Amino acid sequence: MLFLIIKRILLGFITLFIVSIITFVGTEVLPGDACTTYLERQAFGEQLEACYRRLGLNVPAYERYVSWALNAIQGDFGYSLSGEMPIKDVLGPRIKNSLVLASAAIFIGIPIALILGIITALWRDKLPDVAISTVTIFAMTIPEFISATLLILIIAIWLEWLPGIVIVPTDVSFLELLPNIILPVVAIAMIMTAHMARMVRSSVIQVMASEYVQMAILKGVPYWKMVFKHVLPNALLPAINVVALTIAWLLGGVVVTEVVFNYPGLGRLVIESISNRDLPTVQALAIILASIYVSINLLADLLTLMLNPRLKTLQIRK
Amino acid sequence: MTDTIQKVKNLSIGFRSKKGEEILILKNISTNIKKGETVGIVGESGSGKSTLALAMMGYVKHGLYTIGGECQFNSSNLLKMKSKDLEKIRGRKIAMIPQNAGQALTPNLKIGYQIDEALQLHSDLNEKEREKKISELLNKVRLPSPETIALRYPHELSGGQQQRVAVAMALAGTPDLLLLDEPTTGLDVTTQAHVLELLNFIAKDTGTSMVYVSHDLGAIAQVSDRIIVMYSGEIVLEGPSRDILKRPIHPYTHGLLKSIPKLSLAGLPDSMPGSQPQPGTIQGGCSFFDRCNFSDENCKHNSPQLEFLEDLNTSVRCFNYEKLVKESQVSQTVNKIKNKSQDKEILNLSEVSISYAKQKLLDQVFNRISDNNPTVKDININIKKGETIALVGESGSGKSTILKSIAGLLRTKDGLIRFDENRNLSSDLKERDPNDLRIIQLIFQNPDESLNPNHTVEEIIAQPLKLYFGLKGEELKKNIIDLLQKVRLGEFYTSRYPRQLSGGEKQRVAVARAFAAKPDIILCDEVTSALDVSVQAAVLNLLQQLKEDFGTTYIFVSHDLAVVRAISDRVAVLYQGRLCEVGPSNDVYKFPSHPYTEVLLGAVLEPDPDIKPKLVAEDIVEERPPEKGCSFQGRCSRIVGDICKKEIPPWQLTDSGNAIRCHIPIKELQKEQF
Repeated sequence: MLFLIIKRILLGFITLFIVSIITFVGTEVLPGDACTTYLERQAFGEQLEACYRRLGLNVPAYERYVSWALNAIQGDFGYSLSGEMPIKDVLGPRIKNSLVLASAAIFIGIPIALILGIITALWRDKLPDVAISTVTIFAMTIPEFISATLLILIIAIWLEWLPGIVIVPTDVSFLELLPNIILPVVAIAMIMTAHMARMVRSSVIQVMASEYVQMAILKGVPYWKMVFKHVLPNALLPAINVVALTIAWLLGGVVVTEVVFNYPGLGRLVIESISNRDLPTVQALAIILASIYVSINLLADLLTLMLNPRLKTLQIRK
Repeated sequence: MTDTIQKVKNLSIGFRSKKGEEILILKNISTNIKKGETVGIVGESGSGKSTLALAMMGYVKHGLYTIGGECQFNSSNLLKMKSKDLEKIRGRKIAMIPQNAGQALTPNLKIGYQIDEALQLHSDLNEKEREKKISELLNKVRLPSPETIALRYPHELSGGQQQRVAVAMALAGTPDLLLLDEPTTGLDVTTQAHVLELLNFIAKDTGTSMVYVSHDLGAIAQVSDRIIVMYSGEIVLEGPSRDILKRPIHPYTHGLLKSIPKLSLAGLPDSMPGSQPQPGTIQGGCSFFDRCNFSDENCKHNSPQLEFLEDLNTSVRCFNYEKLVKESQVSQTVNKIKNKSQDKEILNLSEVSISYAKQKLLDQVFNRISDNNPTVKDININIKKGETIALVGESGSGKSTILKSIAGLLRTKDGLIRFDENRNLSSDLKERDPNDLRIIQLIFQNPDESLNPNHTVEEIIAQPLKLYFGLKGEELKKNIIDLLQKVRLGEFYTSRYPRQLSGGEKQRVAVARAFAAKPDIILCDEVTSALDVSVQAAVLNLLQQLKEDFGTTYIFVSHDLAVVRAISDRVAVLYQGRLCEVGPSNDVYKFPSHPYTEVLLGAVLEPDPDIKPKLVAEDIVEERPPEKGCSFQGRCSRIVGDICKKEIPPWQLTDSGNAIRCHIPIKELQKEQF
């Protein structure tokens, strides 16, 4: 078991290493570089040389990669081009904001998704299922920029209950931020909850049709005990990985929603730094997003492994 | 009647088709189960036998509904009962032992908990007492070291052990009625015989009534006092077990018993034509009309009623049963197969070892397999042109593994596979040329999985014809129709998809596909075990006919020893991937000399209440073959000493050309038989 965990963690690092090389090479082969972008028409002669020296672009690429990677491991991603401030200072509040948004969506969305999924499965083809399923399919198919815009129109503009877009500095305190995030959270949670509820529904239905559930019924196990002991543990196991992917997707920045609401999270930073050709920031973001995906997937796999007795013993035997 | 425990009255269960028609799965079933008796319900898949058993617990599957009638238990109708009240009966008064215990035990709960749950629900014992009871129950079903078994998860047990756990779980509520839905199907022959013996013991010991549902007349014969025969949702015959098996007076049962291969008779049994009609397709008249040898005009238009014959104590649904009453016994005629093998050797396996061990990095670099205890080891067989050789053994004996290697799906670790004396086939598929691939064809166990569901029959059979012979257009079409005719399917089958065919028809298409390549050798991997009994004989007869026409060589793998007996010229008995005995079928079956052959043959269940299985060895499951000595040492009842544990036994030849691998001298092995 321990061996397996170590192996998975090592594999995670290898993945990150490969991602870092790809992003580094990717930004390297793009025409032009940071200095030509920054200096624009003055990009020649002495000024360009000075810029290269200042940014360390005058050394071979592999050397730059090594020094960049070594610094990145320590959390230092260098300087962003546009603002000329350390990237980590740019990233810090953005990560915090994205975390706030994601965790709010997760804490609201996941329990609702589980409950809806289970209800629709247990009352399959009956009224609760038909009603909820119709709504979830609807929520799933409306693109988030439309639902977000509608939310702004109804709640912020017509009813004037909540602010429509976030116009606060990036580094405000949590309490100040709170009223601003309600609408984005609802917009994200809607689509995420719908997806997950459908997943949970089909998984529960599949387990309900299994022979062991039929056996439990024939053993005289009362309905709810059967649901909690025999159905849910087996039905929700496959949901863990889906939840993990959703969380990673949320943390990685829900780009569209953040842009619509003008929310200062990671997603918007990605868009901004790409359009500003702020390559160092893009590199840093790529690495951070990749680490989020890798680590959350790793956690999900380990959790599944721990909860599924079948996988656990199989691994031990090997 | 006070001694009736369950009363089924005019029960009809069905579903509504897409067109809104009511389609019946069970048609007006009435029967009584008495206290302490064991009733066998026998029928092919789709006959409604499982639906009937489940209805006896008040359970109707999703999608089906009760159309009429009742299932009375203690004079209350289970089918109308509230689920609260049903919970008090299920598991406590009526318990179910499922077909596939591996699927029926909840994977995330420990064995002990699952039994404890039944005890909590259905007894007043406290925790200490329950713990003791769990051990007692596991002991009763003869599981070794109950305390440790209780802490295991279902997947950590073997199939036989899982089935025993299911029995223990059912017994936890001390039910008055036990329903068994194919409880031994899918188990090895020896395990099956042991589980049946246990069930018989429990029936006697506790006085529990049992309803035993199975397609296997052999298993039914061993346990039941009374037999109900079902055919497309109706009871066609019901009566005392012995009478039904010895003098079946319904044409279906009669034909069924004739079509089952027996150990004592070499050769292929008569087959029954056709297959059971799909629910909802019968247009009036007797449902067995199409397949019946005794039918007349009357049967076509009128459906017979179930008629109770007092003198025979039997109920029968047939207009012409009297014709069968006169025929005193099932006289089985078999078509003896002629050994058409020539002296020419077609395939030779020498010193073949096959390993499933994962290649380590170093081994991958050197392209070798290092495993000093491979799954299959030291296989030496030479196969003559035109013969049928059967590989038999329990699951894990390596019989399918050997087939895979011959087919090239699995590379050998050591040894040589030679075709036609000089072509080396030890390599795997990638290194074989198209002709090497053509000469060996496979027929798989389950035609549902081996036929592409998105291809028509024509496309399926066309593939090998195009691939190996480059046929096109008219010629291709003509060949396809020829092949279909060879497997007794009409031209109109070409445009059908596999899902539109019955099990037997699908397997015929698979056979046609194999023959399309004009192979020299056909590997048959359990080709009849997914088929119903009545269809099985027809497929066996077809295979035999094709073999005689084409001079093909068959390598036949089966766990069913009676089927092997019927079709094979020579038998190789395998245990844990090692050969135990190789010889002409007649000798192996008449004088089973190797201790393992004796165990296997002893455990075969015959559809005859007078032939009881002989249980010689324990049904322990061994995970790996032993490192040293005889492969069978772990279960052998005739170990002669340390030599069995240390040395690989030598090959000994009998006078009749039977090769046996045992330390016991051949004279002594044969003496035991008489």
